[in-house]
Amino acid sequence: MLEVSGISKSFGGFRAVSDVSLTVETGQIAAVIGPNGAGKSTLFNLITGHLRPDSGTVTLDARDITGAAPHRICRMGIGRSFQRTNIFARLTVFENLQAAFLVHHGRGRNFWSRSEALYRDETACLLTSIGLIEQRDTVAGTLSYGNQKQLELGLALASDPAMLLLDEPTAGMSATETHDTIRLIEKIAGERALTLLFTEHDMDVVFQISQKIAVLHQGRVIADGTPEEVRADPEVRRVYLGGH
Amino acid sequence: MAASSLFGQFMGGLTTAMFLFLIASGLSLVFGIMRVINFAHGSFYMLGAYLAWQGVQWFHPTGIGFWAAALFAAVGVGVLGAVVERLFFRSLYGREELYQLLFTYALVLILGDAAKFIWGTQQLSVSTPPVLVGSVEIFGSTQPLYNLFIMVVGPAIAFGGWLVLNRTGVGRLVRAAQMDREMLDSLGANVGFIYTGMFVFSSFLAGLSGALVTPIQSIVPGMDVLIIVQAFIVVVIGGMGSFWGTFWGSVIYGEVLSFGILIFPGFSLFSVFALMAVILIVRPWGLFGRPL
Amino acid sequence: MTSETSATQTAAAAPPAGGRVVGSGSGIMSRVPWTLLVLIFACAVPWIGSRYDTFLAEQIAIDALFAVSLNLLLGTTGLVSFGHVAYFGVGAYVCGILMKTYEVPFVIAFPAAGLGTALFALVSGYFCVRLIKLYFAMLTLAFSQIIWAIAYKWNDVTGGDNGLPEVPFPNLDWMNSVPFLSDLKTSDQFYILAVILIAVSLAVVHRIVRSPFGRILTTIRDNPERAAFIGVNVRLYQLAAFTVAGVFAGLAGALYGIFSRGVFADYVFWSKSAEVMIMTILGGMDYFWGPPVGALALVWLNQAITDYTEYWPFVLGTILLVLLFAFPGGILGGLDAAWTRLRSLRRA
Repeated sequence: MLEVSGISKSFGGFRAVSDVSLTVETGQIAAVIGPNGAGKSTLFNLITGHLRPDSGTVTLDARDITGAAPHRICRMGIGRSFQRTNIFARLTVFENLQAAFLVHHGRGRNFWSRSEALYRDETACLLTSIGLIEQRDTVAGTLSYGNQKQLELGLALASDPAMLLLDEPTAGMSATETHDTIRLIEKIAGERALTLLFTEHDMDVVFQISQKIAVLHQGRVIADGTPEEVRADPEVRRVYLGGH
Repeated sequence: MAASSLFGQFMGGLTTAMFLFLIASGLSLVFGIMRVINFAHGSFYMLGAYLAWQGVQWFHPTGIGFWAAALFAAVGVGVLGAVVERLFFRSLYGREELYQLLFTYALVLILGDAAKFIWGTQQLSVSTPPVLVGSVEIFGSTQPLYNLFIMVVGPAIAFGGWLVLNRTGVGRLVRAAQMDREMLDSLGANVGFIYTGMFVFSSFLAGLSGALVTPIQSIVPGMDVLIIVQAFIVVVIGGMGSFWGTFWGSVIYGEVLSFGILIFPGFSLFSVFALMAVILIVRPWGLFGRPL
Repeated sequence: MTSETSATQTAAAAPPAGGRVVGSGSGIMSRVPWTLLVLIFACAVPWIGSRYDTFLAEQIAIDALFAVSLNLLLGTTGLVSFGHVAYFGVGAYVCGILMKTYEVPFVIAFPAAGLGTALFALVSGYFCVRLIKLYFAMLTLAFSQIIWAIAYKWNDVTGGDNGLPEVPFPNLDWMNSVPFLSDLKTSDQFYILAVILIAVSLAVVHRIVRSPFGRILTTIRDNPERAAFIGVNVRLYQLAAFTVAGVFAGLAGALYGIFSRGVFADYVFWSKSAEVMIMTILGGMDYFWGPPVGALALVWLNQAITDYTEYWPFVLGTILLVLLFAFPGGILGGLDAAWTRLRSLRRA
């Protein structure tokens, strides 16, 4: 489904991402891992149009989306959650998701109807499936960190994507929270037949649920394959065990 | 048009430019460090002028007159800057830039009326210090000595300020604060002190320029607004936080204004704002600035 | 960074959306039809008040529309414009020029003012929304000063520094056939017309703010990056908001030109942009009715203070300071906070 080919990006003299190629098949759960500063977030930003690559291409279902505007890429079916929680802080949880539905269904040109009346059922449904139905009227900025992450996921799902890019979905979470979040993600991915690409620090999580792992180090892919293959790769062991 | 009058026009523009350069430097400095446009910079300038006049009234009997008054004015405004920063500005740092801008605007309103209250609405003036009275003939145009003095001293002071910023240890700290305040905080540097210091220095510069302009310009209410608009345009054209940017911005502004009046009287007013708009559209960070 | 921390801070302190009414949800605040009462009261002013009262009320009404249009940018979309008076001015000049110089009837001149402002807002807005916050503010200011410079110097069209005195009243003869209105002076008849036009405009803006379009604007305000990644073409929406806001500012300006019997260049000076911004924040930019409340407060305060002293700027500056440091939520924000505290005390 998603094919990244020879992507590079430099900032000043610093090569953040260097000739990275990656393929994610439809329905697959894939992960990109690597030490801090390996270029994972940059790679995500390149895929989702927040950054233009210096070279290389990104194709989605054989359509070239290299450097397209983020809102276009979203409409093409990629949903994304961000590393630093990115929600609409002053809107309520309900309004956050409702807004996403409004955009997704192209209601933006509507200057007349009352927005609060639209998509109430869909919003409630999504809220229930991500477990935030109790907090529907809470102002998003006052939610706990974990809940904000859940909302973040909800926002990504509201645009009914075919593929989800999750940037460190369990960052800053306790072991229980991480477990719950991963279960939730797996469940939703299964229900909606989503393709998943995520980055993570937590190795247990990664090896548990991924079908395919790509390892980034200093902007380059040093390993790419099934969890067993990656675990056995000597280069990966050197980077991870030698580095810490 | 005769070469000498062209030259005269050019020199007139240059005087305006160098003078603006001194004022705009302070504005540019504050923006470079604190990322906020201090609308009250013009008010500090005006207070410098009024305090200089006041100083001349007080010190004149003692004979040191103008220079003492200028220093008195600059220091006075510097102290005001310290008070403003410590008491008020400080508490606005974490908040939205809009609030900081509105605060400086509130200062403009308050200081403007305070000056009116203390010194009234009539035009005041200060006579040129004796040592700089008179004029010189250059290329057939008459240049007042005092104007030439400004043309030299203005850049000199500004240059000195920027030198401190770029070559000394203090300067390095300040530039670091500009780049990452939190990091510097955690390193133990007293960031608050740096910010106050920069603000005080910038206010000092504003007060000094206000004082120095008094021999060639009358002191009137409204001079604060007039100058801040011009300084603002200069800094936008040249680039905020850039020494050379402010310099060239001032020169461009001064000359456009000076020659614009020749071409079409109403045109220069329009042209400086149009120039500002064009720069913002094409290269928002100014000729010499860096993208934010 | 600043925007992140302040977003969470303001989320805790401020009400959820740009359209909330004070004390919404329960109690007397929402059961009494306040806006209808205010409208009826406003219409009654020529009968129950003096000529000066009508003058003040008209000033307040026009400023209310102007401030509400600014708040569409500031409070709803998060766009800080320092040059909003440009659109007010364009509207005033278009309507004034059409009515005075070309003797076009109000019925055509008024919408034309809106149209003219829309065009100018589209063009200027196109360049402005491409810029980040700070530069956006500066470019709006630059455009506003360009309009001012043109107004000030283009003697042939705008009257230059003399302006356009004696803009005529619209033809209000039709009002003489309406029972109550026929006893009024022309200026009072225009007042009624203005109030009605402003009320309709406010209703339209209110509708827009509560619409899906308005909701999307609030997402842009809260988090433009995230908005883009739920599929919002941020620039396009900002441009749309900018244009709509400009149109209503222009309509306010058109009415102002007739109300003050003339259009002059100093209407477009940047200090007016500051004034309308202060009005908006004074009332409370998180509330739809904040700006009108702010307009009422500021106009009333202005006339009360200037009776005693010439130092109105000093007073205004002090009010602004108090606002910034003690009541960032403005009047309605303060009332809302007090109301909430009262309710929780009663429950306890």
